[in-house]
Amino acid sequence: MSTDVHQLDDGAWVSVNDTREVNVSDLWRLAGGEFCACRLTDFLAEGFVEVGVDGGNVEARIAGQCIQCGESGVTGWLTLGRVDPETGAFRPVVPESVHRPA
Amino acid sequence: MTSACYLTYSCKYCRAPGEPGKVDEVVVGIRPDRFLRDMPSKVERWKDETYGLEIRDHLERFAEEGFSAIPDDERDAWFERFKWWGLYHQRKGQESYFMMRIGTPMGRLTPEQLRTVGEVAREYATGPVENPEFGAAYADFTTRQSIQLHWIKIEDVPDIFAELESVGLSTIQACGDSWRNIVGSPVAGRDSDELIDVWPIVEELHDRFKGNDLYTNLPRKWKVAVTGDRRGAGQGDINDLAFEPAVKEIGVSEPDSEARQTASDGGEEVAGFNVNVGGGLARKEPRLARSIDVFCRPENAAAVAAGLSGLFRDYGDREDRFNARMKFLVDEWGTEKIRSVLQEEYVDYELPTAGEGLREEYDYNAGRSDAPGDYVGIQDQADGQNFVGLSVLVGRMAAADVIELADLAEEYGSEMIGLTQRQNVIVGDIADEDLDAFLDEPLLSDYSPDPHPFMRGSIACTGTEYCSLSIVETKNRMVRYARWLKENVSVPEGVSDFHIHLSGCTASCAQPQIADISLRGMKTRKDGGAVEAFDVGLGGGLGENPRFADWVEMRVPADEIPGYIANLLEVYEAERDGQESFREFVADRDEDELSGLAEPEETSYEDPYLNNTKMTWYPYADEDDMSASPAPTNAKGDPMPTDD
Repeated sequence: MSTDVHQLDDGAWVSVNDTREVNVSDLWRLAGGEFCACRLTDFLAEGFVEVGVDGGNVEARIAGQCIQCGESGVTGWLTLGRVDPETGAFRPVVPESVHRPA
Repeated sequence: MTSACYLTYSCKYCRAPGEPGKVDEVVVGIRPDRFLRDMPSKVERWKDETYGLEIRDHLERFAEEGFSAIPDDERDAWFERFKWWGLYHQRKGQESYFMMRIGTPMGRLTPEQLRTVGEVAREYATGPVENPEFGAAYADFTTRQSIQLHWIKIEDVPDIFAELESVGLSTIQACGDSWRNIVGSPVAGRDSDELIDVWPIVEELHDRFKGNDLYTNLPRKWKVAVTGDRRGAGQGDINDLAFEPAVKEIGVSEPDSEARQTASDGGEEVAGFNVNVGGGLARKEPRLARSIDVFCRPENAAAVAAGLSGLFRDYGDREDRFNARMKFLVDEWGTEKIRSVLQEEYVDYELPTAGEGLREEYDYNAGRSDAPGDYVGIQDQADGQNFVGLSVLVGRMAAADVIELADLAEEYGSEMIGLTQRQNVIVGDIADEDLDAFLDEPLLSDYSPDPHPFMRGSIACTGTEYCSLSIVETKNRMVRYARWLKENVSVPEGVSDFHIHLSGCTASCAQPQIADISLRGMKTRKDGGAVEAFDVGLGGGLGENPRFADWVEMRVPADEIPGYIANLLEVYEAERDGQESFREFVADRDEDELSGLAEPEETSYEDPYLNNTKMTWYPYADEDDMSASPAPTNAKGDPMPTDD
């Protein structure tokens, strides 16, 4: 089963197989130190800049800022969730768990 | 090399999902964005397939068959297309409900049209839950002089269109990638002090560019302002295309369109427009419209507008929607190239150089201490009558009040209702002898021509109540802020007009960068938990020297904003120089001084929606969890089964 993903409404949300799945305004915890100098970036998602599919993973680069230090920019590729290859169902990750952008 | 494409995402080679095609020069496994960068966006593909007037037929078909008739795998495409007809699918948790935008050029309506808006709102713009401040049905007057209704069901759209069109109103191109509602002063032709009555020009532009196949499908929205007054009320600086009032002496050495000059003895002074392009506020990339050194006679406005929107259509970026607005093309090309391409490819007469503008007279949203910055209050018309500007807090008016206002306007002989870019409303044509009686009407105690400064100057966008992009609750919060400020904060002496613009995100629909105090939706942590917050900017405004706000306080918890404003105004009152306006006070201080001016503070203000309103299906529902949403619903508002 193929996966159709795109961002819409000026990057407000990500559609996976024509269902709105991931919104802006969530807070994401990012590890890796590439976005800002904080030990753990407390990242507010303000807009989805690019989306893609890598295998079963739905990924995106997100514009936003760290609400601890104020650094703003665009993240590396983050996994938003995974599409079940059998059913096409989307299983989102938990934004506030720790993620490492690629 | 040739290999199988495994993607359906935006892939022009693999039109059908699940049917891989052949792709040249692509390595299997590469991320889609890496090789799609040179291809038009998916939205462009949808637009190529169906866009413009023809969407109407599909809308009516879906309305007849019901929301569920829109195929699941086509919904995103149709929702994108519906925007062209003014329908915007509401946010997550509100599926099957739409915002409907009605475009009213320069915000002008007749009382009959306004009444129809109120009746449509009363009958159709009701959702599953009432808004605690505004009730069950209301209309929003926007910063672009349009009207927005919420909770619209697609099944009702044909009836709504019929009602609106019966009085000459339309939702055509109110959203989407085309000519949007044209903004300008609603009192053009009535203003006692204007250079040009632009209403006939705006009517011409509206008629020519709405429903015109040549301009149906632009790379992005196209916002136009036409100003003929001396106030700068069109706010052209923040539009893609701005016609700014100007005069120019045109002589034999500088021919223009019809060569009408009588210039044998030095030329003819002509009233017209200077042409600026590429303004806009969105996405933390604010730009003021820039001069392309062109003067335009009123009779040439349509030709110049056609040329510039044609240039944007042909050269705007269709590959990256984030880079598509005219402001980015102006950044890339520069104004000289814009002018030369316009001249060489789109206009068949020699464009005169810019004339002398009236900018030094502008006072609309200009932060001046010697003139009001809006239309609120009683002002003279050119014909000896009066227009009365009424304050509509955050631009939202109950449907019943909309109808009552229309009735009142008609009763008093008004032929013009005006919606302003400050989300207020004007009733025109009130005779001197009727003025006192009009001002005594009970409705005007709620929508005052002499409001408290904090009520008068407050603007807010739609926010998380309905909007997908917003980070925070906006309109109701601004109402609560304004009430608290009114009750708890002294207005500095001489201040009658203080502008606070509250926008839920960086899209800047409330125009936050051009306010005395700018509030832009954000989040922060407080006591360990995530709360809604604002970045705070100071000292923005238009006028003679337009300037965007300086962002001085970041990530202030929403419940500490009223305290910050109170502290700030105390400092302003104590330290200002004479009658220095707030904007002048800010302009006189550097970044470090501004950052230390005042501190955010908790006060008696309590914010009942401090936590994440975006996580709810509707912030004001008793059961607000996303799982409690009744959406999607059928035509009667009953929940429909979903796959989830």
